[in-house]
Amino acid sequence: MTTAKEPKEHGGDVRLSGISKTYGSFTAVHPLDLTVPQGSFFALLGASGCGKTTTLRMIAGLEEPSTGTVCLGEQDVTALPPYKRPVNTVFQSYALFPHLDIFENVAFGLRRRGIKSVKQQVGDMLDLVQLGEQARKKPHQLSGGQQQRVAVARALINHPKVLLLDEPLGALDLKLRRQMQLELKRIQTEVGITFVHVTHDQEEAMTMADTVAVMNGGRVEQQGAPADLYENPRTTFVANFLGTSNFIEAEVASVSGDDVFLKAGGGKLTLPKARCTAPATTGGTVLVGVRPEKISLTHADDAGAIPEGRNRITGRIADSSFIGVSTQYVVNSPVCAAFEVYAQNIERDARLVPGADVVLHWNPAHTFGLDADQDADAGVEKVEEDA
Amino acid sequence: MTALTKAPPQEEPEAPPKPRRRGRLVPYWLLLPGILWLLVFFALPLVYQASTSVQTGSLEEGYKVTWHFATYWDALGDYWPQFLRSVMYAGAATILCLLLGYPLAYLIAFRAGRWRNLILVLVIAPFFTSFLIRTLAWKTILADGGPVVGALNSLHILDVTSWLGATDGDRVLATPLAVICGLTYNFLPFMILPLYTSLERIDSRLHEAAGDLYARPSTTFRKVTFPLSMPGVVSGTLLTFIPAAGDYVNADLLGSTDTRMVGNVIQTQFLRILDYPTAAALSFILMAAILFMVTFYIRKSGTEDLV
Repeated sequence: MTTAKEPKEHGGDVRLSGISKTYGSFTAVHPLDLTVPQGSFFALLGASGCGKTTTLRMIAGLEEPSTGTVCLGEQDVTALPPYKRPVNTVFQSYALFPHLDIFENVAFGLRRRGIKSVKQQVGDMLDLVQLGEQARKKPHQLSGGQQQRVAVARALINHPKVLLLDEPLGALDLKLRRQMQLELKRIQTEVGITFVHVTHDQEEAMTMADTVAVMNGGRVEQQGAPADLYENPRTTFVANFLGTSNFIEAEVASVSGDDVFLKAGGGKLTLPKARCTAPATTGGTVLVGVRPEKISLTHADDAGAIPEGRNRITGRIADSSFIGVSTQYVVNSPVCAAFEVYAQNIERDARLVPGADVVLHWNPAHTFGLDADQDADAGVEKVEEDA
Repeated sequence: MTALTKAPPQEEPEAPPKPRRRGRLVPYWLLLPGILWLLVFFALPLVYQASTSVQTGSLEEGYKVTWHFATYWDALGDYWPQFLRSVMYAGAATILCLLLGYPLAYLIAFRAGRWRNLILVLVIAPFFTSFLIRTLAWKTILADGGPVVGALNSLHILDVTSWLGATDGDRVLATPLAVICGLTYNFLPFMILPLYTSLERIDSRLHEAAGDLYARPSTTFRKVTFPLSMPGVVSGTLLTFIPAAGDYVNADLLGSTDTRMVGNVIQTQFLRILDYPTAAALSFILMAAILFMVTFYIRKSGTEDLV
């Protein structure tokens, strides 16, 4: 990377303790505690208006928290104005200075800190983001992707303790966004600075981040590694916002050993006790969840061939769509109106067409149980959000 | 979408389909009224005035074109102090307008919130009264022994301005300061409005970005806000300086014979002495001088580099 000196103080974790933000009677962020480990790529994920950007702006100092403190390592920065915080931001619209060329944009932070010889550092940084030859152009002469990289370079050159990214890829088209995700991940690995990335794109968060915090309504719903969040969602919001989930409302028949046995619409289901976050008491209800890709689909005529010990549900195919690597089925069943099943196109059964009676079955280990008091449709994306 | 190449931005390669003949003429038809207007009310009078400036003769015998260019040299020789005064007064008024107008424009653009429109209306509210009446009102404001003069006197500001030659003892009226005050007051809105427009266009996220990059608020202003408002500063100063340099009403009503500007001279030559060639020559010299200064100024301030 650059020949720049390491910052005097070594970074530390970003610790938010009880920070909240209220505007009049509206609470944008409920008091939350969050720790971002040093050197990690941390994503704040949520739909628009969930408070993720406000949280980010409180770390940057652009928004003053109503309560709570922001600490960077051992230093409490809550009362510091943005220009005194060792934190830099990549803004959603890049906010490049239109009157300065690329070189001066990148050098801006160094010059403000009184560093005289910036040429070497700026050159190295522009090489890192592969814009060395554009140094004397004005921002409006660059494409969206190039501007985005200038914004990253302009922030990174200051060796912040934390780099904050506010939907940095929102304005790019899909292909470029994929490319920039990898690029940002590469840069983060290379410089080893803590990245806090705000996004509404779950795929983006899962691809890039080590740790994802899913926010909803000004609160952190769940936090963890992407795979952990996906496999073990603790709320229906997380289950639906990250990918797709099927939910069945089931009654607890009995609890024995490591398993919970459930009744749903005359059928029987098994759920590992360890994967049930709701209190499983006999006679109570839980929401049983299962991901569409975990389910196998067998024609009703072959039901006898299904191995014992698998969870099964009967239904009728309502719709199927072939999308190359897999086929996505919607199955009507007595326990769930629209069961989604994604079947890999390995051996296609020609009988599995809309109208066919089928049995859905899956390994009980892939089942998770949630509290039945919540809305099973929370976090379902209604319309594909366009940046 | 642009790829990550370093190809320079190029013109659209494919030309739009050729419009039909009639359609191609439409822009010229639309231009016609404007061009006619310019011809009749600008170009023709200019030609007429140019010919007047090289005429000789007298009112009784009539004026004839004799290509007497010496009128220009005589006019410049006789009236250079008034020219100089015009430039100085207009310059001082422009600087005052900028100093007064910039903070106000900044306030309206960034801090006024829901009061923004009201303040803008207040800025142009004086235009609802006649220019003459407003200027006459300054006679009362700056009257000898009035509260303004009294206050300036007791604060010893008049000592400073008298030392600078802008006031005369404890008088303000009929001094250069009075004329500059009148000019400043009358042309202030022409400064504020373009400043406001260019400040208002600045993306507030640029301020946040500057703050995020270690610029304290004063540095943000010097390095980001002010450079980005340069188009407004340039157009504001031009809109103030040009009419102020040619103004004669303020000098006439608030000044004395010692504060006559070139506008006053032209007015007198045209309307009282009826020496049309000299008046026309003076007008041309003023026009040329302003054109020269404005060109120089725009070159210097480099507005074409600004977005």
